[in-house]
Order: sequence, then structure tokens, then C-alpha cells
Amino acid sequence: MIRGGSRYNYRVHEFGVAQSLLEIVEQEARPYGGARVTRVQLRIGQLSAVVPDALRFAFEAITRGGIAEGASLEIEEVPLKIRCHQCAEEFTVENPFMVCPRCEGVDVEMIAGRELEIRSMEIADGDKAR
Amino acid sequence: MEIRLVKDILEANEVIAAQNRAFFTQQGVYVVNLMGSPGAGKTTLLERTIERLKVRRKIAVIEGDIATSRDAERIAAHAIPTVQINTGGECHLDGNMVRGGLGQLDLDGIELLVVENVGNLVCPAEFTIGEDVKVMICSVTEGDDKPLKYPLMFQVSSVLLLNKIDLLPHVDFGLERFRADALKVNPRLEIMPLSCSTGEGLDTWLQWLEERSVTKGE
Repeated sequence: MIRGGSRYNYRVHEFGVAQSLLEIVEQEARPYGGARVTRVQLRIGQLSAVVPDALRFAFEAITRGGIAEGASLEIEEVPLKIRCHQCAEEFTVENPFMVCPRCEGVDVEMIAGRELEIRSMEIADGDKAR
Repeated sequence: MEIRLVKDILEANEVIAAQNRAFFTQQGVYVVNLMGSPGAGKTTLLERTIERLKVRRKIAVIEGDIATSRDAERIAAHAIPTVQINTGGECHLDGNMVRGGLGQLDLDGIELLVVENVGNLVCPAEFTIGEDVKVMICSVTEGDDKPLKYPLMFQVSSVLLLNKIDLLPHVDFGLERFRADALKVNPRLEIMPLSCSTGEGLDTWLQWLEERSVTKGE
């Protein structure tokens, strides 16, 4: 897997994800006038194409000098979960197979594992955040 | 103070992609997001597709690359409206970049738009651009372990083109194992083995594409 550093300045897409995250965080903090963001909680699915460490690195880099500088990024990794409609049951699975581990049928859907979610954030020092 | 919110981080991209999709529908153009590793044969497939299909379908192309306009030049040589998007380092195209490219492309009368994504099996899978279908191309020289190593790409794609099958006698590639793993990751995946060099298997792909790209416009 290519993860950055080629002669074409091949950026990892975690920077793009971190940028989107920062935009959401700044927008949410705006009504609290001058608040700093101290903590951000995320849920990231096992199957998402985001590597938590790379995202942390990117987030730290792009938040420098802004309201979210130094904010801790708490990442909950969400395991892959599928539901078999045939067995009417849910299974947490290791492999990314859309096959029911019990009946081996393929009438399954993924119900967790693709998340790229922000769950909550903590702010301090704003006009209305005290 | 804690602010609770449950929000998709890529929501902004989803919004733009939905706008692109509405625009494509209004224009009656069928849009393919073509993804695959560097060297899998994306541009060559596109050339073969254009050569065979351009008499029956009006085709346009958006070329996504990190740098250079080589691929766009190859495509433009086929007298097809082509726009190059250089991502400037970004490893995938997103909705916004495609929207930017659309500003330079006249879609009037176009029935089929192929967007060749940046060569990469990871990142493009996470970013929708407003396409009708995600098509991935993989070649036998890349090895048969790709469905398990890059499951997301196999999962989000509807069609898997397995290229360079003319090289099968020369490489250690387990076709059945590859097929079985790909189908476990995505049981609905349509797998089409082909060779852009010999032309073997291309008919199946072209027929598939031709059928899809007519239904949307009419």
C-alpha cells in the first residue's frame, strides 16, 4: 500500500478526511464565539479506507495555529458487523466477507464497519461555552 | 462543554456528489467511475472502449491524475472531449474536483461519461463523485490476493474487469481463487475477465456498457 512520500508528493487521503473533519469542528464551534476545541471523538469502521494513526497525524498537522490546535482525537474503531436476513441474526466478523458465517448464504448486509463519523467534541473558553 | 453530534465526516463530499448526480441525470449522461491500481490498464481499457463504442455512443472523458496530462493526451487523440484534472497530490478524485472538471466540459449530447480516477486501490473507494456505476479494473500481474487486501474497493464496485488475461500462462495467478474471494467480499460483483491487448472478453464489457448508457438518456 502506497502511503505517502513519493516524488509526486503523493498525499494520503487522511489529509482530505482531516480537512473535512476540521471544517465540521470549526463550524460547530463557531456559535460559541472564540471557543477552543479540546477533544474530538470519532468512530471509524474497520473497513473504511482510513488509517487512524495517519488521520491523527494529519489532524495534528492541519490544526496548528487554529481553534483546534492540541485537541485530542479519540478514535473508536468499529468492527465489521453483518446481518443475515435468512437467519435473522447479526454477526461480528473478522474477514470482510458478505457471506453468513452460519448458513453461508449471501443475503446479508453490512450494518457496521464503514463508519467515518464524528460523535462529539468538547470546547472550552468560548463566550457561551462556560 | 461537550457538543454531541453524529455526523458523517465526508458529508460535504456526499452533498456535492449528489448535486453532480442530479446534473448528470438532467443531462441524461451515464457516468462511470473507473478505478484501479496504477498500471492495471485503465487508460488502455478506455482507449479500446472508445475505439469500439464511439460510433454508437457520444463519449466524454474526465482524466484524474496526480500530475501530468499524458493520459488525457492519449484519450484526446481519439477525438473525444477530454478534461484533465490534476489533483496536485491528492490520491483520489472527489465530488468537488469532478464538479470543477465539468465546468470545462460540454456535456450536450453526451451519452456516456467515463471518469478515470487516480491510480489507487484504496482511497477512491471512499469518495463518491456522483457516478452511476463504480467499475474497477485489476490485472492478473497484480496478484490474486487483492480482494482480501483491498476489500473496500471490491465491495463498492459493481463491475470488476480482470485485465491482461493473455498473460495468465506466465504469471502465478489463481483465477478461481481470485474469483471466489472477490465474490465473498461482494456477492453481487459482476466479474469480466478480458485482455486489452488481444481483445478477448472485451465484447462482454462493451455490451454491458452500451446497454447501460442507452437506458439513461431515453
